[in-house]
Amino acid sequence: MRGEHVMNKKVAVFAVLLIIGVTFGCIGSSPQETDTSEKPKVLTISTTTSLYDTGILENIVAPAFKEKYNIELRFIPKGTGGAIMDAKNGASDAILVHALSKEQAFMEEGYGVNRKVFAYNFFVIVGPKDDPAGIRGLSVTEALKKIAEYGKAHPDQPVWVSRDDGSGTNTKEIALWKAAGFDFEELKNEKWFGTTGSGMGNTLLYTSERKAYTLSDIGTYLKYQKEGKIDLDVLVDKGEQLINVYAIIIINPEKIESKDFDGAMLLAKWLTSEEGQKAIAEYGKKEFGRALFYPAIPVLEKKEGNVFKWMLKYGFMKDGDSYTECPSKFRHNAAYDFFEFPATVVEG
Amino acid sequence: MAWDYILQGFSEALGLITEPYVVEIALRSIKVSGIATIMAVAWSLPLSMLIGLKNFRGKWLVKTFVNGLMGVPTVIWGLILYLFLVPKGPLGGLGLLYTEMGISFGQALLITPIIISIVVNSLETIEEEIRELALTLGADEIRASLQVVFESAGGIILAVIAGFNRAIAELGIALMIGGNIYVRGGYYNTRVLTTAIQMYTVRAEMSIAIALGIILMGIVLGVNLLSNLIRKWLS
Repeated sequence: MRGEHVMNKKVAVFAVLLIIGVTFGCIGSSPQETDTSEKPKVLTISTTTSLYDTGILENIVAPAFKEKYNIELRFIPKGTGGAIMDAKNGASDAILVHALSKEQAFMEEGYGVNRKVFAYNFFVIVGPKDDPAGIRGLSVTEALKKIAEYGKAHPDQPVWVSRDDGSGTNTKEIALWKAAGFDFEELKNEKWFGTTGSGMGNTLLYTSERKAYTLSDIGTYLKYQKEGKIDLDVLVDKGEQLINVYAIIIINPEKIESKDFDGAMLLAKWLTSEEGQKAIAEYGKKEFGRALFYPAIPVLEKKEGNVFKWMLKYGFMKDGDSYTECPSKFRHNAAYDFFEFPATVVEG
Repeated sequence: MAWDYILQGFSEALGLITEPYVVEIALRSIKVSGIATIMAVAWSLPLSMLIGLKNFRGKWLVKTFVNGLMGVPTVIWGLILYLFLVPKGPLGGLGLLYTEMGISFGQALLITPIIISIVVNSLETIEEEIRELALTLGADEIRASLQVVFESAGGIILAVIAGFNRAIAELGIALMIGGNIYVRGGYYNTRVLTTAIQMYTVRAEMSIAIALGIILMGIVLGVNLLSNLIRKWLS
């Protein structure tokens, strides 16, 4: 009798568990079921963290794009290097990046087509207010030399923090160190040279914590500074090398099949459209008192000024006698025009 | 001084707990890990019965292997799964990368060895006494085995709950396979409690990170409490 009683109890427990399980299943599936009728298309976009960390993609681009085309944007923030790897592995429909040399290699390998430049801003060297290395207002090269000098004299603390994550910002940093006469790989072995292997936000937090210097994109810096998360000043913001050009590259449908080429083209079109450019120009103005990104198209249409020249020099690719955002061999069924200017604009 | 910002974050967090956005992430976490647990149980129970109720050569080796799998760090699972699930990978055709189902699948693999290990253990503890008894009372082999499984209910519940708790608390798979995607009102969102906490900590938005942390702790502790109540009631 007792055995039977115990067994009944166990059966009851199984029944309870079953009910819990079924309830779980219902909770899980109910929102999905209501959505199934209008399941939107999805585009997977690999993006640099400097765009993502400012919130512009999640807060502005994705909602506007979804409303207009009923296509949902799935942003995977990884840094330019990681974004390119994801794309090569077939995980994304387009990439948002800012590292010309890596972009060119990516396209040369046949993965990317129809590159469009859509925004720019500037990199800045930020550091503690009291500026112990004394770099405020110097040129980039002079500032980096001073920092290295100060670092060698203070090897017991991180003086410079590098992202060292293969991102666009990191790519720019390596180029800037090179221009100042240093080898990045050698610098990494020095004690004053810290690396985070992490995104822009993370790196700024660490830099602020350690009262060190770092290279940042202005967008992420402004957002973090205004929100009081970091205590760093912009110390160097002059110099043409500091321009930061953002581009979208579509995955080549001939190289990687089953990607949504047309959807990705729609996004490129929207980003460079009047509506998209306006959204970019407005983002951050209310919250931070100034824009985090500048729209690229007005500058390119105006065809004059320093920024125009810098954008060509640091954000365009050379194609024969001209500078273009996308050399003709990398164009594929493009439903839009590409900017192209004679080389003399930059070189002479 | 040093406690100020923690206290401030905590009090702000309490106000955020009922925010729709926070609730949505919490529900998604429960759903993703719940499905993972159901999947893992579905294939772990038969496997456990094979291992626990049958005698075969190399049984010790199998058990050692399963136990060993319990120690695989979640980032290693994340890395392996990324390599397999990325469209170019061997399982790329399943389209699981950066989806809720992908996280569930990964978490199910993660907790499988935990569930098998606990269930096998409890089956083996109970088997000796019950099966002999059942057989002498005239039950056939299958009835006797079923009886063993019924008597192990406590162990099975423990296994399910341990599995669920491990799944909902892990970060590596959720981040590397899920990608922490969030679009307002989005259909393809994959942001769960752990990835959201990680992100908000990095973004230094501590209040919301704490709010999500409180919810995560609540779920884990609540489920543990439930498990203890059930086991107390059973014994």
